Amino acid sequence: MFEILRREELAGGTIILNEISAPFIAKKAKPGQFVILRATENGERIPLTMAETDPEKGTITIIYQVVGKSTALFKTLKVGDRYLDVVGPLGKPTEIEKVDGHVVCVGGGTGVAVLHPITRALKEIGNHVVAVIGARTKDMIILEDKMKEASHELFVCTDDGSYGHHGFVTDVLKDLIEKRDVRLVVTIGPVPMMKVACEITRPHKIKTIVSLNPIMVDGTGMCGCCRVNVGGETKFACVDGPEFDGHLVDFDELSARLKSYVEQEKIAYEKFKCECHA
Amino acid sequence: MAKKETLPRQPMPEQPPEERIKNFKEVPLGYTPELAMKEASRCLQCKNPSCVKGCPVGVDIPGFIRLIREGEFAKAIRKIWEKNSLPAICGRVCPQENQCEGSCVLGKKGKPVAIGNLERFAADWEREHGTGELPPKAAPTGKKVAVVGSGPSGLTVAGDLILKGHEVTVYEAFHKGGGVLVYGIPEFRLPKDIVASELNYLERLGVKFEYNIVIGRTITVDELFKMGYDAIFIGVGAGLPRFLGIPGENLVGVYSANEYLTRSNLMKAYLFPEYDTPIAKGKNVVVIGAGNVAMDSARTALRMGAENVTIVYRRSREEMPARLAEIHHAEEEGIKFMLLTNPLRFIGDAHGRLRGMECIKMELGEPDESGRRRPIPVEGSNFEIECDLAIISVGAGANPLLAKNTPGLKLNKWGYIMVDPKTNKTYKKGVWAGGDIVTGQATVIKAAGAGRIASNSIHDYLTLGW
Ligand SMILES: Cc1cc2nc3c(=O)[nH]c(=O)nc-3n(C[C@H](O)[C@H](O)[C@H](O)COP(=O)(O)OP(=O)(O)OC[C@H]3O[C@@H](n4cnc5c(N)ncnc54)[C@H](O)[C@@H]3O)c2cc1C
Ligand SMILES: Cc1cc2nc3c(=O)[nH]c(=O)nc-3n(C[C@H](O)[C@H](O)[C@H](O)COP(=O)(O)OP(=O)(O)OC[C@H]3O[C@@H](n4cnc5c(N)ncnc54)[C@H](O)[C@@H]3O)c2cc1C
Ligand code: SF4
Ligand code: SF4
Ligand code: FES
Repeated sequence: MFEILRREELAGGTIILNEISAPFIAKKAKPGQFVILRATENGERIPLTMAETDPEKGTITIIYQVVGKSTALFKTLKVGDRYLDVVGPLGKPTEIEKVDGHVVCVGGGTGVAVLHPITRALKEIGNHVVAVIGARTKDMIILEDKMKEASHELFVCTDDGSYGHHGFVTDVLKDLIEKRDVRLVVTIGPVPMMKVACEITRPHKIKTIVSLNPIMVDGTGMCGCCRVNVGGETKFACVDGPEFDGHLVDFDELSARLKSYVEQEKIAYEKFKCECHA
Repeated sequence: MAKKETLPRQPMPEQPPEERIKNFKEVPLGYTPELAMKEASRCLQCKNPSCVKGCPVGVDIPGFIRLIREGEFAKAIRKIWEKNSLPAICGRVCPQENQCEGSCVLGKKGKPVAIGNLERFAADWEREHGTGELPPKAAPTGKKVAVVGSGPSGLTVAGDLILKGHEVTVYEAFHKGGGVLVYGIPEFRLPKDIVASELNYLERLGVKFEYNIVIGRTITVDELFKMGYDAIFIGVGAGLPRFLGIPGENLVGVYSANEYLTRSNLMKAYLFPEYDTPIAKGKNVVVIGAGNVAMDSARTALRMGAENVTIVYRRSREEMPARLAEIHHAEEEGIKFMLLTNPLRFIGDAHGRLRGMECIKMELGEPDESGRRRPIPVEGSNFEIECDLAIISVGAGANPLLAKNTPGLKLNKWGYIMVDPKTNKTYKKGVWAGGDIVTGQATVIKAAGAGRIASNSIHDYLTLGW
């Protein structure tokens, strides 16, 4: 179990795709759900969303950005290697609803990987779906073809203007809201991006779904580590989410909690880099 | 008789406090055979032993103690196994003062027989010197049982039913087995090697363990039946952390005990960076609550290098629910107790990190539903304490994840699974439940006892019918 059957490097090797054998999970998983993985006995439990699943083949696909020790360790795994533990599917599936106007799916960075199955499902149910994806620069754009296929229209943005629209995904969102009858927005990406997107849709009272990524341990509602403030209520993202009504989320608190371990993360990553070079 | 009573209770050698607060090794070191035999000789071998009534599973206490006194250690452990399959664990963690030892006649005038220490001795002796010979297994019945959760209740069911000839598979959400024994109770109180050896014993008997499977998510209970299981036991524990519901609870530095202990025990964050999982190191730590979980959190924080660790509890010393031995150990190690004090809010800095806690003094009023005197706030007695790490240890509730995805179960108003207490049958055919998910957070031996009741009933069902 948990053998890596396919591995791809995206965005110049900063983002990695793994297709993993996990038959039980593949059979159950729905868009929006995630798994928790561990690669080694002394490893940390790392939550990653399933970007794709194949119930017949019994595989799930994860796409992750290398940001620290654990994801760097995952990057070293080759085809034929195994993850030690993969548990899931965790979290609530996305509620795929049919709305009367346009749906805009806004993704940044690896958030696009999480957004892709949701975008596809929203289209399949009969919505007119506009997708907006972005990254810092051209080489960092991922899944452009897949997002094109999953939506009716695709806008691509880069912060530096090296490709597509010069600017942020949220600029395009603003524009779309002014010109079209947008009824639903799904936005997944870095916390500041989701926060801005919610500020843009709030005055128009457009329902806006975000997918949150707080630090997690068990992923089953047992520890409370993943708690987030949604409309003044404490919710556990691993069981009550990870998707929430973005207009109710306290993003500042989420940002602060994501920084809980910055010092240790630095130590772990530095140690890992030393060991790898040695 | 008179001579026996004058022999004092033999204390168990322990690591000295100043040393042990710098390591995670076990605190009590165990009896030598001589000490064990000496302590065993204090038992009066009562004809109608009151101690046995105090033990939730009715271990033949005078029976096994007599065997220790006679130096028959291998027989002693077999005597205990008749009723309790986890003696190395229970000897260490049972609240003996409320159970067996609390009912020992010697306790009326002097100190009770150290039943827990002796039980631990017999189990440790077997682990270290025993032949490892497995008990006889009944002929295969062809029946299959699934056990959900690998805590003490599930392990007991698995051990009982495999011996009766059924096939048993344990499904566990985590990557390691043992339930609270591995993720909650710290190494210095219950070495993980001991839990591993219990699991290994079950594996040698033929029990299969499937980790990383969340029943209700990866596979549902109804799907287990479709996979060919004839009976299912649910022992998923009370895995839902309780918070206080006061302002500032989501500040960085405020933990649930479940998170704090899971990071340090299961994920071995106390060995960071050798292990990858990080944990906050507090300088001034407050722990809210005064049960075993609170003592474990406080003593872990101390070993993680905290300068000050304070237990904040809204009632008085008498009401503290922790085992006496742990309160004593905590005090010896320098943990402070701020009693009759209730937190009102957590105070953060500009970066959303905890820097203090506002509290109010309490006084005791009339008894409440729990029979304990109700704590009442003393108006105007508010004060602040400085802290950079707070661990909330005020109990656990029922985790709804499995029940939500299992039609046919009945839950009580707190979300615990309802069972017939004589059999531990749930309202769903072919499904039993026991342990903390039925009773709320209780004790290891009560969970094991619940497992025993269920396994007897499951065996009847598999051989006779529902
Ligand atoms: C439900 C969920 C789904 C996710 N899906 C994806 C995905 O599809 N692709 C992807 O690239 N990333 C995803 N993430 C984020 C991913 O889990 C983190 O990037 C990863 O844990 C970082 O670990 P690290 O050791 O490499 O880096 P670290 O150096 O440990 O951390 C870098 C940053 O990642 C965050 N982080 C650290 N530990 C955890 C943890 N245990 N859980 C969550 N976040 C943590 C912190 O903000 C931290 O500052 C998801 C997170 C959640 C909660
Ligand atoms: C920190 C701490 C200290 C304690 N100290 C003591 C003590 O000193 N003495 C004492 O007697 N008692 C003590 N207790 C209480 C005692 O540990 C519990 O009462 C006992 O462990 C309950 O056993 P259980 O079998 O019900 O389940 P648990 O031990 O809670 O185990 C349940 C298992 O089920 C798994 N699980 C949950 N949901 C699922 C699912 N959906 N699918 C698959 N698996 C699942 C969990 O991961 C877990 O491994 C303590 C508890 C804690 C938390
Ligand atoms: S199982 Fe617990 S209560 Fe029973 S005799 Fe042993 S230590 Fe005492
Ligand atoms: S009550 Fe005390 S003295 Fe009597 S049999 Fe039990 S342990 Fe021995
Ligand atoms: S990760 Fe532990 S409760 Fe959500």
